[in-house]
Order: sequence, then C-alpha cells, then structure tokens
Amino acid sequence: MKLKFLEEKLFKILMTGAMLTVLAFVVSIIYSILTKGWGAMSWDMILKLPGGGFYIGKEGGFLNAIVGSVYIVGISTLLGLLISIPVVFYLNIYLKRRSQIAYIARIAYDVLFGIPSIVYGAFGFTIMIYFGLKTSLLGGIIVITLLIIPIFIRSMDEVARQFPREILDASYSLGATRLETIRVVLRQIAPGIATATLLSVGRAIGDAASVMFTAGYTDSIPTSLSQPAATLPLAVFFQLSSPIKEVQDRAYAAALVLTLIVLLLSVLGRYITNRFSKHKLK
Amino acid sequence: MKHFFQALSLPVKSRAYPFNAPDGKVANLFRPDRKFHRDEEESELVVRDLNVYIKEQHILKEINLAIPDKKITCIVGPSGCGKSTLLKTFNRLIDSVEGARVSGKVLLNGTDIVSSSGPEIIHLRREMGLISQKPCPLPMSIFDNIAYGCRIHGIRNRKKLRLVVRHYLEAAGLWEEVQDRLNTPAIRLSIGQQQRLCLARSLAVEPRFILADEATSALDPISSKTIEELFVKLKQNYSIVMVTHTLRQALRIADNVIFMYLGEVIESGPAERVFNRPEHKLTRKYLSGVFS
Repeated sequence: MKLKFLEEKLFKILMTGAMLTVLAFVVSIIYSILTKGWGAMSWDMILKLPGGGFYIGKEGGFLNAIVGSVYIVGISTLLGLLISIPVVFYLNIYLKRRSQIAYIARIAYDVLFGIPSIVYGAFGFTIMIYFGLKTSLLGGIIVITLLIIPIFIRSMDEVARQFPREILDASYSLGATRLETIRVVLRQIAPGIATATLLSVGRAIGDAASVMFTAGYTDSIPTSLSQPAATLPLAVFFQLSSPIKEVQDRAYAAALVLTLIVLLLSVLGRYITNRFSKHKLK
Repeated sequence: MKHFFQALSLPVKSRAYPFNAPDGKVANLFRPDRKFHRDEEESELVVRDLNVYIKEQHILKEINLAIPDKKITCIVGPSGCGKSTLLKTFNRLIDSVEGARVSGKVLLNGTDIVSSSGPEIIHLRREMGLISQKPCPLPMSIFDNIAYGCRIHGIRNRKKLRLVVRHYLEAAGLWEEVQDRLNTPAIRLSIGQQQRLCLARSLAVEPRFILADEATSALDPISSKTIEELFVKLKQNYSIVMVTHTLRQALRIADNVIFMYLGEVIESGPAERVFNRPEHKLTRKYLSGVFS
C-alpha cells in the first residue's frame, strides 16, 4: 500500500519537473533574445529600411523584412485556408467514413506534413527555374503556401473527424444539400480552423529555409509580386552570421520582433477561438 | 395545404395553440414565398413490400403499412427491431448509413421515396420533419437554428425571417422562454428546450409529416410531457409518426399503433383495438411485459 503512494509521489514530481523544464526553455529563450536584442532595439529598427552600410553597423532598420514576412505569411495563410477547407470538407462530408480515397489522401498529406522545409525550398526553386521566374514575392508565397497546407489539413481534419454525425443528419433532414451544410460544419469546426491557422502562421513566419531560394532577400519593400522580398528569419540569419557585434545584436532585435509577432498572434488566436467556439456542440 | 391556411384564419382559443399570430395575418406575409406547398387536402404515406438490408443483415422484412393523415402513429417494439431504420427510410437518411440496401416502395402521395433522387430527395426531406432521440441543435444561435431551413429554401428577407422564427417558436411553445435571448447559442438551452427548438426548426420548413425517433426518451418527465402535449396539438395539421419505447406514452397519445418485432410488422391498427384486443400472441406478450 505504501509503495503505491510512493509511486504516485515520484511520478508527480517527474511530471512537474518535465512541465517546468519546458517552461524554463521558453523563459530562457525569451530572456536571451531580450537581453541581447533589447539594446539594439529602437523605433528606427522597425520603422526604417536598411541604409547604406546597415550590415556593417551603420544606421537603418529592418522594416523590409517585417513587411516582406507579413506579405508572404498573410497571403499564404489566406491561400492555404482557401485550398485546405474544401479538402477537409470533401474528406469528411462527401467521402464515406471508410473510404479508400480518403485513406490514401490522408497518408499523402501526412507525407507532405513530414517533408522538411528546405526540400520545399529546393522544389520551389526547381519549378521557378523551369518557368523562368526569379526569386520573388510570388515564389515565396507559393512555397510557403505549399508548406502550410499540410498543417492546415492535418489539424482541421483532426477536428472535423470528431464532427457529430447527428448534426449532419439534422441539417440534411431540413432539406439541405451537402454543400449547404458547409455553413454548419464551418461553425462547428471554427475552433479547429483557428488553431490550424495559428500553427500554420507560426510555422510560416519562422521558416527560413524555404524562402531563402524562393523569395530571396532585398533591402527594399516589394511593390509587385515579381520583386524579391526580405523575410525576418533571413534577416536574423544574415545578421547573425556577421562578425560585427552590433550587427549580431540587431539579429536578436529582429528575432525579438519575430517572437513578438508570433506571441501576439497566439494570444489573438486564443481569443478568436474562444469567441468562435461558443456555438460549438459539445 | 389548404387546411393550413384555414387553420390560420380560425379564432384561436388556447394560448399555446400553434398559430396564434398576433394580428392573425402574420403567416400570410411569408407563406406565399414558399416554393413547395401544394394545395392537397390529404397526404398519405404508404409502404409496400419494403425490405432493408444493412451489410447482408435483413433489417426490415416485407413491410406493408399505411400511415394515416393527421393522426399520431406510434411504432412500438423491442430494441433492434428496425423502428429507427424504418423512419430513416421515410426521409432517406438511410442513404448515409453505410452498406444499406433498400427495395420495395414507400409512396408519399403517389411519389416513390425509395427510387427518388437528386432534387426530389431534398424536397422529400422537407416534407418529413425529423426529430431525433437526442436533441441536436445546430451550432448557431437560437434564431439562426430556426432560420437555417428557411434560408436554405430561399427566404432571406430579415423581416420575414423574424416572423417565421417567432411563428414556429410559438408553435413549439418556446417563444415565451427564449424571446429575450434569440441571439444566444442554442446549446445553452436546457435539453427539453433544445428538443422543442428542434421541433420548431423542423416545422419551419413546413413538413407534412413529423418523424419522431424516441423524441422524449432523453428528456425529463416534465419536458417529455410538454412534447407529448405539443404533438397532440400538432396532429391537427401534421401527420406524426413516432417511435417510442414507453408503452404508456403510446397509450396516452397514439391514434394508431404499429407493433414491430425483429424487422416485421406483427400488428397494426387503431390504438384502442391494438391495446385492448391484440390479435397476435406476440403483441399480447409484449404488452403484458414479457419482453421489452
């Protein structure tokens, strides 16, 4: 009997330990970014474009990277949603529970999910060469969209599979077609869509490997889809590889901005999720 | 649906009467917009030689039935005897059951339900309001739940929708309880209220039949009594087919009773006769509680 309680205690300690360790990671990452980046942080950094000699420590900022990231991630997320919602809807509403096609499709999406982002980058690069495109905003958007679609599908599908069949029957018995039922489905899986969006944005905004060859890097803000665009992860990467300490600190400032954007999005995402889940049938 | 219009112009006695529109004319403001109503006095549902198989299992065997108009027909029988499957065949929800095969005929005013397809099914499902065992509000507000069906069938004018919603919430005896919170999520209602909401939602697409699949078995006694009373009122305008496990409930409200056992109709007829003078041995056994 006593052993049981001891066991319970031991595992409780282990679990608490694991939880605190992960928490410590988060805190230490934020701490190191803050201490190193805060000194280099200024309004100039986030409001100005890089001036001449920015990369050897002279004046300017990385507005180009912020805007480039926002462009790419924003448009890709929209495209991703537009493509993956129909996929999830079709998989779960149109196809039967034990459909072979659905099974194969899901495996295929799982494979896509596991492909590293550098492969997406290389793949995108090959296609761009084939079509004679240069590194551009468009290239970045396409590759990031490809990168996040599996995330969207996976996480929305997970929610949609739990979709109560009774709701479908209720909708059908009112004379709704399957397509009309999408209104009901979307409302029910809205929290899932919010979570999926959050995960995708987090992945998309932080990914350096896929945009390196496709979106390129530039010191100006792109004004058309065919111009190259800078991104925050690459801003961090390039500045961090500089031997000059000031420039390295600026990399941390860029990392700080990146982290803040992700943090802001997750808080926003949680808020939206809560708002949208009020109608959800438990 | 002339009877429907006639019912509207009659003086209203009871407060909870389904169609107590304040000025007596409300209904006319939205009804002509409906696409499907036909001026038929009678509607009838006839089942002929119906067989249903689900994955090689013979669920319904040679069913022959006639469901009378504007009466409450109770289907009773032990669990697993195919009662719910029968209801599902009536509104073609059987389509979403995997591996189901249906043969025979189910005739609604002469149109075969079993062989209908495409737009006919949509039309047909509208004619058959289904109320399930567990109330299943759609994930939206109370107002939108009722308006959903109307919107699908083409009513978009907000003013009209408001009238429709009020009308049918009154018909389901729910209006007074929810009129101040039409925009709150439907799932916050109590389970009894949810069931009445589902009833109102079904009525809002103007069915001829109400199919209730053990509609009161998940409810508390008071809520289920409310639903029963509603059914008794609604049978003036609708034909109600209900599956029930509680014999006492069938005894209270049924006009007709169908007794099913292992996929076959053993006995059917007016409630009074079936309950008092059952012809078949199995019916007698079931009624006396030998099996349930």
